[in-house]
Amino acid sequence: MLGKKRVAIVGAGLTLFRRNLKETGKELSYEAAKMALDSAGLELRDMQSVVMGSAPDAFDGVHMKGEYLADGAGAYHKPYTRVFVGGGTGVFTPLAGWWHVASGQFDTCLVMCEEKMSSCYPHPQYAFTTIFDPILERPIGMNLVWIFALEMHRYMHKHNVKKEQIALVSVKNKRNALDHPCAQLGAKITVEDVLNSEIMCWPVQRLDISPTSDGAAAVVLASEDVAKEVTDNPVWIDGVGWCIDSTHWTNRDLYYPDYVECAARMAYKMAGIKNPPKEIDMAEPYDPFDYKELHHMEGLLLCKKGEAPKLTAEGVTQRNGDLPICPSGGLLGCGNPIAAAGLMKVSEIFWQLRGEAGKRQIPGDPRTGVAQAWGDLMQYGSVIVLRR
Amino acid sequence: MSAKIKNYSGEVLETKDIKDGKVLTEKFRPKAKFAWSAGIAISRFLDELKNGNIIATTCSKCGRVMVPPRIYCEKCYGPTDGWTYVKDTGAINTYSVSFLAADATRLKEPIIVAIINLDGASEGMGIIHRIGEVENWKEVKFGMKVKAVWKPSQQRTGAITDIKYFKPLKEEKP
Amino acid sequence: MSLEKITNPLSARHWMGDMEADYVYTLGVAGERFFKEIKENGRIMGAKCPLCNIVFVPPRMYCEKCFEKLEEWVDVGRKGVIHTFTIATIDVDGSKLKKPVIFALIKFEGAHGGLIHKIGKTDKARIGMKVEAILRPPKERKASINDIEYFKPLE
Repeated sequence: MLGKKRVAIVGAGLTLFRRNLKETGKELSYEAAKMALDSAGLELRDMQSVVMGSAPDAFDGVHMKGEYLADGAGAYHKPYTRVFVGGGTGVFTPLAGWWHVASGQFDTCLVMCEEKMSSCYPHPQYAFTTIFDPILERPIGMNLVWIFALEMHRYMHKHNVKKEQIALVSVKNKRNALDHPCAQLGAKITVEDVLNSEIMCWPVQRLDISPTSDGAAAVVLASEDVAKEVTDNPVWIDGVGWCIDSTHWTNRDLYYPDYVECAARMAYKMAGIKNPPKEIDMAEPYDPFDYKELHHMEGLLLCKKGEAPKLTAEGVTQRNGDLPICPSGGLLGCGNPIAAAGLMKVSEIFWQLRGEAGKRQIPGDPRTGVAQAWGDLMQYGSVIVLRR
Repeated sequence: MSAKIKNYSGEVLETKDIKDGKVLTEKFRPKAKFAWSAGIAISRFLDELKNGNIIATTCSKCGRVMVPPRIYCEKCYGPTDGWTYVKDTGAINTYSVSFLAADATRLKEPIIVAIINLDGASEGMGIIHRIGEVENWKEVKFGMKVKAVWKPSQQRTGAITDIKYFKPLKEEKP
Repeated sequence: MSLEKITNPLSARHWMGDMEADYVYTLGVAGERFFKEIKENGRIMGAKCPLCNIVFVPPRMYCEKCFEKLEEWVDVGRKGVIHTFTIATIDVDGSKLKKPVIFALIKFEGAHGGLIHKIGKTDKARIGMKVEAILRPPKERKASINDIEYFKPLE
């Protein structure tokens, strides 16, 4: 065990994920945080520290977004940190929360993620143009979807993967999301629906992409002593890993996310995992696009490079398969309020390990789950290993 | 969501309700302007583009020739120790055919964009640019050889757009 | 390596641009009710926390101190007191204002917090000065903070 104290998740909460929600960012944060506290049977005064994760200020349109959201996150007069690593934020925020408790400095930490993308017009995608190098990339007319399209195309080329194989991920996740009460886009679609959907940036088509959303999520972390008092069913954070590559994304071969492997190895080492496909019972890799689930499965060392499409086609990644992937419905099905989406995945593993996932519950006796998020300019990976 | 939680928060709005003013909103357009400093390496890169050249920096410790050029090698964290020209030809590493403009509006004619590994730079060193002079986007292939098409010298200003686009290099028949 | 100092970014080799976006902010669950009350009923409301015994202005959905959901709303009236103020001589973009404008934080009796607004019909202000909100005529109101045209001194 690394750190002075073992850390557990003892409660979690989510708001609905939708394209437009009326609540302000503060109100969304409050709703998720309150739900998490109530589910743990704890009050705000029991929280000794708060960590907030939220992606670019440019979505909500409020500069210093962390400070703005602070009171909604329950941070009034408390030690507070905001972290941000693009899409990796949702899994990185509980990692930062883990530091607070594992260091021995705090016994409890409220971990929160919020995103209100609907404020940005004409479309939140437009806020992303500023991630590109202003001198060398923006003048070309960059659209965010291009980087995914370029990466997807490279992956397809390197492993000779067809669109039909990738579309199976979108079909699976949207179907899984029908059983998630907060999901934005749960649906029964077919591979043909994906292949016939509007071409955005070849090879990316409309049904390959997750939507933009408003939403918030929260989890409550506690040290071992407190966790055992609060619940009979703590879920332990046994492994944490995070890694970043440079923004020189045009200098990399995009078919494989090295930085995700780096983060995964760090987390697995801490958790004592030597054979990931055998020792991990389920995983929630980050799936803003369908090919990304495959990309990340390989980066998480859950299968060999290029093998993920085969496992998907064989049904291994279904909820009743040998290695369920994205039983929640993922971002493709539930929605993608960037930071909150990653924390939704962590919450899913939490509920699955406790047997509380209702219709989404995977059978058997799952003990170990992995959630992963990815972010920035094709450069960041954050991984968390949870165990019962 | 946990099966134990019965009520989920969030008042859902339709985009139409917001556009039609059925929901109260406040509008704002920030007016910030920026003058991004090109920095030491890219200032030289832009000057060389104006002259019709593509320049890279080298790290002899790692044996890398890097483009876009930089003053430090991010792998060994040492200062880069030289400048060298690379060719304006290369091969397509990956590409996409975009029907979306930067502001997410739909385009009738697609933009073909690619990462081009430049000849003379280290393996995998690419830059992003558009592909032009292609009749049908289905002609574009991985590994396709391409060459930069430059603006006439009097129109160049020292910008990445001094290269208009890269065009496919026709294979020479033996 | 250059270590010259400059203060104008335009003197260095640079690339001009902007970060364009338009924003449409929903007022939120609490915010929408607050502004509707001003627009339709001409009332400035606060929200009361029963546990902490505080009335928050502007009202909000939750108490930031104890995290209790706030269901009870109260009318705090139109009269307030200047808690602090400043006299602005430059505009948002740095250009000079034609006439100086007095901005103040106005507190309402029995309430925690206050509203930032203009003090009108005077060129002098004082901390502790009693003021009253002057609302625009009902048909000019848009459910915005500017439905209050200014605060007028009562002295």
